[in-house]
Amino acid sequence: MSQLLARGTGMPVGPTPSFIRWIATRDHTLFWRLLSLALFCGAWEVAGQIPVNYALPPFSQTFMAFVGMLADGSLLSAYATTLQPLVIGIVISAVIGVAVGVLMGLRPLAEWLAAPVFIVMQAAPMAALIPLITFVYGIGMTSKVLAVTVLALPVIVLNCYKAVRNVNPSLVAMCRSFQGTRWQQVAKIVIPDASPLIFAGLRLGISAGFIGIVLAELLITPTGIGDLITYHRSVANYAEMYATIASIIVFSAVTVGGLQRLEVSLFRPEKREIA
Amino acid sequence: MQAVLPRAWETPVPAKPDNIVEVRGLSKFYGSFEALKEIDLDFPRGELISLLGPSGCGKTTLLKMIAGLLQPTAGQVLVKGKPVTGPGPERAFVFQDFALMPWATVIRNVAFGLELRGMPKAQRHEIARRYIAEVGLAGFEERYPHELSGGMRQRVGLARALAVDADVLLMDEPFSAVDEQTRRKFQEDLLSLRRVQRKTFIFVTHSIEEAVYVSDRIVLLSRRPGRVSRIIEPDIPRDGTPDEIRRDRRYLDTIEDIWDGLKRFVD
Repeated sequence: MSQLLARGTGMPVGPTPSFIRWIATRDHTLFWRLLSLALFCGAWEVAGQIPVNYALPPFSQTFMAFVGMLADGSLLSAYATTLQPLVIGIVISAVIGVAVGVLMGLRPLAEWLAAPVFIVMQAAPMAALIPLITFVYGIGMTSKVLAVTVLALPVIVLNCYKAVRNVNPSLVAMCRSFQGTRWQQVAKIVIPDASPLIFAGLRLGISAGFIGIVLAELLITPTGIGDLITYHRSVANYAEMYATIASIIVFSAVTVGGLQRLEVSLFRPEKREIA
Repeated sequence: MQAVLPRAWETPVPAKPDNIVEVRGLSKFYGSFEALKEIDLDFPRGELISLLGPSGCGKTTLLKMIAGLLQPTAGQVLVKGKPVTGPGPERAFVFQDFALMPWATVIRNVAFGLELRGMPKAQRHEIARRYIAEVGLAGFEERYPHELSGGMRQRVGLARALAVDADVLLMDEPFSAVDEQTRRKFQEDLLSLRRVQRKTFIFVTHSIEEAVYVSDRIVLLSRRPGRVSRIIEPDIPRDGTPDEIRRDRRYLDTIEDIWDGLKRFVD
C-alpha cells in the first residue's frame, strides 16, 4: 500500500503542462476521494508501524488478514449470516417507515397518534432495549430483526414525516389549480418533491440498521460478523479483528452510497448531470 | 362571520351578459383580520384587467378566491354564471414563483395540466410543443427548470396555463420575480398574446406602470381592509410603438393619477 500511496501522491509532484491541463479540464471527485482514502491508510500504516498500541496492526497487515479471510471463506459465511436479519429488518423498517411517515405528513390524526412515539424512540438510546428484546424474544432471528428495526424505524419515519411536511406549498397549489385529485397530488407532487428527504431518511435508517445488527451480534449471541470480531479479539488476532471491523464499515458506506445513486436515477433525473 | 344582509347587488340590475367572471359581496377574514371587504367586481370577457394596490391590500387573496384556491368568508365568485367552489377547467393560474416541478422537463411541466386530466402522452406533448413554441421556448423541451433563467421559467408557467385552453388566465404578479429588461419584453409579449388568444386575463401587479401599460381596465384596491377604491379604464393609444406609448401624455397622466390615489396608502 505504501507503493500505492506513493503513486497516488506522486501525481501532483510533477508540474507538467499536461498535468495543469488535467487539473483544469476534468472532474476530479474520484481522484480526491482516492487521495483522501490513501492518506488515511498511510496514516494507519505509520501508526501501526510505530506502533501506537500493541493491539493496532498496521494497514498492510490488516489488508493481508482481510485477503486471508476472504480466501478461507470465513468472512463470506459471516456476512451471509449477518445480512439475513439485517436485510429483513431494513426492508420492514423501510416499508413501514415510509408508509407511516408519509401518512403522518398527510393526515393530522396519524400525526397526533404516531409522532410522540417515534420522537421518543429516536431520542432514546434504543441499544438499551436490546437486553429486553433478548429477554422477550430469545436469541434467535426475531430478536436480531427487532434490534435492526427499533434502530432504523424512527429515523425513517421522522424523516418521511418532515419530508412530506416540507413539500413546496406552491407546487401543491399548482396541482390543485389544474384540478389534480388528492391521489394525483400525492403521487405526482408530494412524493417526488419529498423524495430527497425520504431517501436521506432511508440512508440514515440503513446506517442505524447496521449499528443495530452489529450490536445484536455482539450483545445477543455472537454470530456472523459479531462472532468474527469477538472470536479474533479473544485469541488476539488483531489484524483479523480490524479487517472484519473495517469491512463492515466499508460495506455499510458502499450500501448507503449505492442508495443515493438509486435515488437520483429513480426520482431526480434533473440531478443526474450535476451529481 | 355569516352576516347575511341584503346588499345592493341583490336588487335587479340591468343584465350585462358578457361578464365572464363576477365577484359578488366577497369578504375574506384571516382570523379576526379582515383582508377583503365586500368586493363587487365584473370582469368582461376578452379584457385584460389588472388588480393594483399597495402590498397587503389583498389583491393576491382576491385572485386566489377567483381561482378557487381560497374559500371566501362571505360572498361568492361566479364564472360563466356558475358559483365557484374550487379550481375549474375554465380558469388557469400563473404563479408568482413559477411553481415548476424541478424534477420534470419543460415539456412535462407544460403538459402537466393535461396529464392530470388523463390525456395520452403523445397527444398532450403535441399540444405542449405548440405552446412552448408560442412562448418562444422551442428547442428547450427537454431541459429542466434549473437550466433556465427566471424569465424563461415564467414562460414555461405561462405555456402550462395556455395549454389547458382555459377561458380565463389568472396571473399572480407573474413578472415580479424577473429582471426589468425581461419584464418589459414580457409586457410586449402579453399584449401580443392578447391579440392572438381570445382569453380574459386577470392580472395582479404592484407596478403602476405595468398595469397602465397592459390593461384595458385597472381595479385599484385600498388597504385594511381591502376594498375597491376606483376602477380606471386607461385611454391609451395601442397602435404606437412601445416607446411612443411610454412617452404618451395620456399614459403618463394615468400613471400620475393613480399614484396620487395610492400615495395615502403608502406608509
